[in-house]
Amino acid sequence: MIWNESIETMPLEDLKNIQSDRLVQLSKYVYENCPVYKQKFDTHGIAPSDIQSIDDIVKLPFTNKMDMRDNYPFGLFSVPRTDLVEIHVSSGTTGNPTLVGYTRDDISLWSEVMARTLCCAGAEPEDTVQIAYGYGLFTGGLGFHYGSLEMGMTIIPTSSGQTKRQLKIMQDFKPRILCCTPSYCLYMAEEAKELGIDPRSASWDIGIFGAEPWSESMRGEIESAWDMLATDVYGLSEIIGPGVSQECTYKDGLHIYSDVFYPEIIDPETGQPVPDGEDGELVITTLTKQGIPLIRYRTRDIVSMTTEVCKCGRTSPRTSKIKGRTDDMIVVRGINVFPSQIEHVLLGIEGTQPHYQIVIDREAHKLDQVEIMVEVDEKIFSDEIKQMSALSAKIKKEIEAVLSIGVKVHLVEPKTIERSMGKAKRVVDKRAL
Amino acid sequence: MKITQISVFLENRKGRLSEVCSMLGQAGVNIRALTIAETESFGVLRMVVDKPSEAADLFRKNGITANQTDVVAAEVPDKPGGLAEVLKALSDHDINVEYMYGFVEKHSENALLVFRFDNPEKAAQVLRENGLKVIDEKGIQGL
Repeated sequence: MIWNESIETMPLEDLKNIQSDRLVQLSKYVYENCPVYKQKFDTHGIAPSDIQSIDDIVKLPFTNKMDMRDNYPFGLFSVPRTDLVEIHVSSGTTGNPTLVGYTRDDISLWSEVMARTLCCAGAEPEDTVQIAYGYGLFTGGLGFHYGSLEMGMTIIPTSSGQTKRQLKIMQDFKPRILCCTPSYCLYMAEEAKELGIDPRSASWDIGIFGAEPWSESMRGEIESAWDMLATDVYGLSEIIGPGVSQECTYKDGLHIYSDVFYPEIIDPETGQPVPDGEDGELVITTLTKQGIPLIRYRTRDIVSMTTEVCKCGRTSPRTSKIKGRTDDMIVVRGINVFPSQIEHVLLGIEGTQPHYQIVIDREAHKLDQVEIMVEVDEKIFSDEIKQMSALSAKIKKEIEAVLSIGVKVHLVEPKTIERSMGKAKRVVDKRAL
Repeated sequence: MKITQISVFLENRKGRLSEVCSMLGQAGVNIRALTIAETESFGVLRMVVDKPSEAADLFRKNGITANQTDVVAAEVPDKPGGLAEVLKALSDHDINVEYMYGFVEKHSENALLVFRFDNPEKAAQVLRENGLKVIDEKGIQGL
């Protein structure tokens, strides 16, 4: 079913009118309510009255992750803190996390787009859904929760981890819908086999997988392992969390809810739009958000987009799966990781910047492993093993505290980390996604 | 009466110890005593050599992480209970042995051991007061 048929199948001209009205409103709203945006507009020499239609969006300045960082915690918000009903944080590039907040209406918006997402994947209100995304500060769990609640499905909020229990719950309550990261889904298939459960007999018919990049070959693997339909969901906490776009059952691109999240694809170097179907950076404007509305937010995700109407009847534009990043962010078990976060920790421990390398690996059907290699120089070297072990343990503990995922720390000899053009290679991603 | 110990950081990989030792050999540096402490992924090679400053320069030039620590070399009676007596004297003076190891060769009739203490000065003094011979840098070179 289509959750909000009148919006989701709206003729393109009407859709454009709605987008235009909303952008005009939004420009006024942020100019009046957010001093950071007022200043951005002023410096850019643009007034809200210059925005007459959605086509004028190109006149507006971009918003970057750096704007989030510079105005941490509440500078980019357009409402007083008392109007927020929920806040979430995700990874920041250094030190502080990225903070987002929702008003009551923003939560309604999130519920609406997540209900569209779940229906887009094929869920029905009478279904039972197992939500194995992490609940808590991570937006995954609660986003799916709100959408499922909006639809009236029966929710099993298992959150992430505890695989044996996930499988028992699946066997006992027979949910038809599964929501988790794609790598966790494959991991569960291996666990199931070890427990003597045939994954192909599982109750899950539809999976909604996201929070990390995954390929068509991984989709094939999941679909044949579980005998289910595997669909891709996209989102980022800065925009709303999950619920920015979702594949329908035709699996031919992700429908982006452009009546509320207006997409542009730009050349990341020049900032100019690229033609339909060409790769570029996805830029999103939140047309109706109240708490922390963002104008032309640079997602750093590389996708292509088509405005061709889909066979499913939805008129929204569709983006490809994520093809890459314009920055050095990596996604590990659904968590965003920036090498700069690790640099920051090492600098704090040692007072200087040692050479380091992040190695990410995933054995077949296992979860991602992160290994941090740190070169030992004379400043941190001791002849006493207990001091070296304590150093290694401290690095591990502090990095885990910042990243919220387990890592292994490996102390290595100087010059063993590969350097290209004298510069150390910071990230080695060995995963076959 | 301290002597210099050279410690080297080594990753646990094949041939690494041999590389470091042949580097010393080619430079004409003789190893007098050594020990390796290891963990799952790395090890620390500690040694007493006849030319410690040459060895340190050599490692620096070759980009090997090494440092120098003061240790005490003392002759310990080569008889049952010989070491126990020495350790008791140290412990009576609240001196903690971080680690210790033996020399490759025997010195006179006694065993020659290397001790790593927090406070090598005080430890050397206690050892001497207990009638033990503490070997200095010159003594090491003359071995």
